[in-house]
Amino acid sequence: MTHLLDVRDLVVHYGTVTAVDGVSLTLEPGETLALDGPSGCGKSTTALAVLQLRRPDAGEVRFEGVELTSLTERELRPLRPRMQPVFQDPYGSLNPRHRIRDAVAEPLKVQGRWTEADGPTRVAELLDRVGLAPSYGARRPHELSGGQCQRAGIARALASDPRLLVLDEPVSALDPSVRAGVLNLLADLQDDLGLGYLFICHDRAVVRHFADRVVEMRDGRLVT
Amino acid sequence: MASSDILLSVRDLRIAFHGVEAVRGVSFDVRPREVLALVGESGAGKSLTARALLGMAPRGATVNGEIRLDGSPDLAAARGRRISLVPQDALSALSPVHPVGDQLAAAVRSVHRVSRREARARAVAALDRVGIPDAARRARAHPHEYSGGMRQRAVIAMATLNEPDLVVADEPTTALDAERREQVLRVLSEQREAVGAALLLVTHDLDVVRDHADRVLVMYAGRTSELGPTHTVLGQPRAPYTAGLLASLPQDGPRRRRLPTLPGTPPAPGELPPGCAFAPRCPLATDHCRSEEPETRELDGRLVACHHPDRIPDDTATLFEEEQPA
Repeated sequence: MTHLLDVRDLVVHYGTVTAVDGVSLTLEPGETLALDGPSGCGKSTTALAVLQLRRPDAGEVRFEGVELTSLTERELRPLRPRMQPVFQDPYGSLNPRHRIRDAVAEPLKVQGRWTEADGPTRVAELLDRVGLAPSYGARRPHELSGGQCQRAGIARALASDPRLLVLDEPVSALDPSVRAGVLNLLADLQDDLGLGYLFICHDRAVVRHFADRVVEMRDGRLVT
Repeated sequence: MASSDILLSVRDLRIAFHGVEAVRGVSFDVRPREVLALVGESGAGKSLTARALLGMAPRGATVNGEIRLDGSPDLAAARGRRISLVPQDALSALSPVHPVGDQLAAAVRSVHRVSRREARARAVAALDRVGIPDAARRARAHPHEYSGGMRQRAVIAMATLNEPDLVVADEPTTALDAERREQVLRVLSEQREAVGAALLLVTHDLDVVRDHADRVLVMYAGRTSELGPTHTVLGQPRAPYTAGLLASLPQDGPRRRRLPTLPGTPPAPGELPPGCAFAPRCPLATDHCRSEEPETRELDGRLVACHHPDRIPDDTATLFEEEQPA
């Protein structure tokens, strides 16, 4: 059976430090796998290696059955839209000079899927999908609250029609009251679109309610 | 008797930017050695309030109202000495180009006329007290050579080494993971108790409040929403806003994918609705709420600003259950 994501014996070195030391995990469509553990345990490096933003030093990453680590950048390019990251700091992950609608339109333009006729409609749909009124499209990140900004980041990730979202502490920087709303949005999107979530989070209470399965990392390895 | 029960008193504190009030008349006391938590969403004015106590309101802010320490309105000499700050971001609070020990020693010498050698010894002892391993050697290291948790402990050492009466901690654990958060809070409360200081703890984490605060001030849109003993306010909230904050926390009990939420966002200063600022988000709001802002009044052992505190159900979370999507 083909998994959405099948990671085997992943290893990442930073100089002499082994940040990720033989991590294996699988993820199915529509499933949330939480990756829990203290700061510095290798959670975020695992996320980057899965996305091939940091090429792993050993191991395999199969995404929808395709082994990624042996592919060239050029070969990866058509696959990249299907696996999208959402980061912790919603302000830091959006260009402060770009209006929200331009940030959401950018993936469409880069991927050659933008037309003057349909593009703006698609952007409006995406903003609506994440619960942002159309007027927010004209704003810049600093004019949004943290929760609204994180919704914009999610809208941009959705613009690529992904199958997998790698969510790196997506609600850790948010007020609890806002956090619940963003988590509910992610739950809705998963139900409607069948997305797989690799969900990095160190908040046990959030993980317990939101994730289908949890694996814990410590010193670069999975704790069993 | 009454005055010695109160270390710091704040009356009708107002902080405005270009005539727009972000803090709109907040009053509270801090008692000696107590932990008072200041909670609310981003933009509620809690950090502004805390900073104003230290005379650190941002440039361009107009601060009005009365702040007294031991009955005296002259806080200039007390700031940095009797009142100290543990900032949110330890990395930017420390100078990157000076060894940590030198920075603590400078803080000692800014208050006490002691020799460099003595100041240095006190700095190392302070680092040792907060659990920095091999403190004498670590004192010579720069902040970038410290881990995030160690840096936060170093600023706690700096904030307590001159034995202040009040420590103001502005979101001291927001940037830390769960394990380090507990460690930093433990160190903070140990040091606070050792020097006999009170603590004003600014946070948006209600779990932290429950575990560490004697009393809690819930702020909304620059005003007091609810103020009282922690177990009273969080145990049976009388302000719908407090109930909403509590409801949006992941609860114990069976797993549920969707959490109750507080709908909407807090109003921006200058864009307040008429009446109660929370009314547009409040499931209990009536026409009265939309026309007249409630004053704080005493009820069941706490102060609360709400027209309908008696309408809050015992199971407060049910107030904010979302209707099931069709």
